[in-house]
Amino acid sequence: MTTMTEIQTTQVYQVFILASPEQIWEAITNPDFTQQYFYAARVELKNGRRMAYGPGGEIWGDEAILESDPPRKLVHQWRGQYDPDLAAEEPSRVTWEIEPHEGGVTKLTVVHDQLEGAPKTAESVAGGWMYIISGLKTLLETGKPLKS
Amino acid sequence: MTDDDRVFKALADPTRRFLLDRLFARDGRTLTELESELDMTRFGVMKHLRLLEDAGLVVTRRSGREKLHFLNPVPIRLIHDRWIDKYTERQVSALANLKHELEETA
Repeated sequence: MTTMTEIQTTQVYQVFILASPEQIWEAITNPDFTQQYFYAARVELKNGRRMAYGPGGEIWGDEAILESDPPRKLVHQWRGQYDPDLAAEEPSRVTWEIEPHEGGVTKLTVVHDQLEGAPKTAESVAGGWMYIISGLKTLLETGKPLKS
Repeated sequence: MTDDDRVFKALADPTRRFLLDRLFARDGRTLTELESELDMTRFGVMKHLRLLEDAGLVVTRRSGREKLHFLNPVPIRLIHDRWIDKYTERQVSALANLKHELEETA
């Protein structure tokens, strides 16, 4: 048995949120929402790209959108442009799946895969997605961001 | 049963914690792979995986003909935010207050 943790080249995060698919779509594509839970990044979809800006307007992400089906599915590339070490790695892929569940609850699944050529990114985003998704749920259900 | 109840119940079993640890070490495994690490029937392992899935701690996804099991750490994070942060925060602020009081009287 190995005690080492291997690099996870496919990472899956799932959460049930008391909100509509439209609200979740809004929360992941509207910069006024994303800056409250996405490490203060202002995310927007523009000209077929998913742009993310830091608090000073610096570019944290400029990613090709591979599929967009509002409010159900968004697939985009991922390069860690907020960190030169991560940006030097091969691009990976992020898929947001939004599915209505029951009782006004919606299931959000985030899959970060194609990480074979991006081991540092794989390690770096593992804790990050949990924080982001937990913060997104809190924001949508309480109207308030998680305390940092 | 609430979401929290399901998570605590799922975690309250050594076999299920073992399965989570195995997925933490390497994610995206088939039932056959997981079963090979346990001295238990396939049906028994399936039952445990089902409980983990119901609690949201394991998410399955199809890849071709295979059904792969992934560890979903988000419910544990939510428990952390809901339960752990709250109590550790009080300790930290109690210590901060103590320091403040001691320094005031010094």
